[in-house]
Amino acid sequence: MIGEGIQSTNQRRHSFVDDHVEVGFFTDPSVCIGCKACEVACKEWNEVPDDGFTWTGNSYDNTGHLGASTWRHVLFVEQNRSKGNQIAGPMSLGGEEQDPFRWIFLSDVCKHCENAGCLEACPTGSIVRTEIGSVLVQNDVCNGCGYCVVACPFGVIDRRPAPLPDAGGAFKCTFCYDRQKSGLTPACAKVCPTESIVFGRLDDLRVRGTRRVQTLQESGYGDARLYDPKETSVGGIHAFFLLLGEPEAYGLPPKPQVPTIHLKSSWSAALATAIGAIATVALVFALFWDA
Amino acid sequence: MRQEAKHGITGRGVDVSGGPIPRSVGYYGEAVVKPPVWTWEIPLYFFVGGAAGMAPLIACAGLYLGQLDLMRAALWIAAAGAIISPALLVMDLGRPMLFFNMLRVFKYRSPMSVGAWILSLFGASAVPAWLILELYTNDAFAPSIAPMVLFVTGLLSFGAAIFGLGLATYTGVLLGATAIPAWFLHRVFLPMHFGTAGLGCAAAILELLGFQIRPLYALGMVVAIIETLLWIWLEFDKNGPADRALHRGSIGWLIRGGAVLCGPLPIVLRLTNFVSLAAIAFLLGALLSRFGWIAAGRVSGRDPEAVFASQK
Repeated sequence: MIGEGIQSTNQRRHSFVDDHVEVGFFTDPSVCIGCKACEVACKEWNEVPDDGFTWTGNSYDNTGHLGASTWRHVLFVEQNRSKGNQIAGPMSLGGEEQDPFRWIFLSDVCKHCENAGCLEACPTGSIVRTEIGSVLVQNDVCNGCGYCVVACPFGVIDRRPAPLPDAGGAFKCTFCYDRQKSGLTPACAKVCPTESIVFGRLDDLRVRGTRRVQTLQESGYGDARLYDPKETSVGGIHAFFLLLGEPEAYGLPPKPQVPTIHLKSSWSAALATAIGAIATVALVFALFWDA
Repeated sequence: MRQEAKHGITGRGVDVSGGPIPRSVGYYGEAVVKPPVWTWEIPLYFFVGGAAGMAPLIACAGLYLGQLDLMRAALWIAAAGAIISPALLVMDLGRPMLFFNMLRVFKYRSPMSVGAWILSLFGASAVPAWLILELYTNDAFAPSIAPMVLFVTGLLSFGAAIFGLGLATYTGVLLGATAIPAWFLHRVFLPMHFGTAGLGCAAAILELLGFQIRPLYALGMVVAIIETLLWIWLEFDKNGPADRALHRGSIGWLIRGGAVLCGPLPIVLRLTNFVSLAAIAFLLGALLSRFGWIAAGRVSGRDPEAVFASQK
């Protein structure tokens, strides 16, 4: 926590990998200042290549979305609603009425799902679950089949296009597994100047998140809520968020589902089709064959 | 300024009509899930794999009835498909050299993994079955072991038929078990459509190879009727914005066109005795439909409104 100095879970060394402790990120937009230090730290530490300098025209967000070469993405949400107890003045000259306006920043990242669609879909075993509960893509094993891309309910993982380095493989946030093995905290959390990104034990963070929502609601942020879809088949996420307002405005699915829930009905249809095909072929040859 | 810029501005920009607040769906209309990265190889593979997968079933019928010519032709389709299919799949991989990593593990909960194994086992049974039968019909074996050889190729054909049924239908499950709304909403439809189209294609190719016999005529008729019924189902099973990619614009016409070419048109052509034309129409329709479904997935994946609507 801010004020704890080097004793903050974002700064102090740990042994979560050796101790097999489930870790997480709690990302809180109510204290985010949109500095994008997390994006930069992530790119630098992980040597993620530059994927183009394009202007989106979407507020101050020129990153666009998470992808193979973007593992942290700061969203800039503009809404015509007041932020907490904010008193808004008129937006236009000479106007009388209040024009509520809020600008919310949220650092988006891979959610490291409890039931991860990408991990289930991966046919090579390249995507694994680590000791700390994160979902990791092993770059040297991935053959770039692209199935994880359509299996992720959050649109996080993507295949890196040529001519970027390591093109053809699927990439996403590694939860700085390499740093964590050495007892370091993930690069994004390490640099976050306001501790909007908090790294720590998952159970501690969940308590902290619930308490933060309570505090905010008591201070007038009526639409503060946690985004941690435990009630859907995703079963909760290890990198969870505090949101002001509905998840849709942040490009987050309201009820994400892990695609494996569709397997049973789909395979049943395949089985029925196979039996139907056998019966049809047997029938047409039995009825219409004249030697 | 945007017009003057030579390069580097790809976004749509802020919707300025009436104020500073953007009115796009979700977060500036950005995609919520990722559209598929697959290119033309995959729908073509679905087509080839479907036809090849269903062919050994007809080969088994040929063997049962002692029609080795029919069996030979059907196994030829299977073997050719078993060689073309992996080539298409490998071409689509981001790292083709690592193709064999598919066979490091077997994950029954991943249709991609199940499919890779099905395709491998299909190839391992269909290709030798065809080769041995070719040698058999060219009298390469001594008469003393000939019946034994025929038994082996029959066994391999049976294996190819079983794995082939998986090959022709798993592709529907592959699309059905994803986060793409237009696909997973039709997870029951897709294996039925792909499997039926595969069976029709196998029969159609055999008819075009000269096997215009009554059972294949009837088979062509049955699959065209089923395809017509599936089309009617698809047209009625609309989910509003969630799967609008299937019904809208050029992709809508691609899927609809494929359905007409697979369903009503071959029925009419068969009844008016244009059997070869009916076969060609069916093959074309099955091909167009596969391309339509992949293209619809791309549009549906990019559409945030579709994702939100599918989770209501």
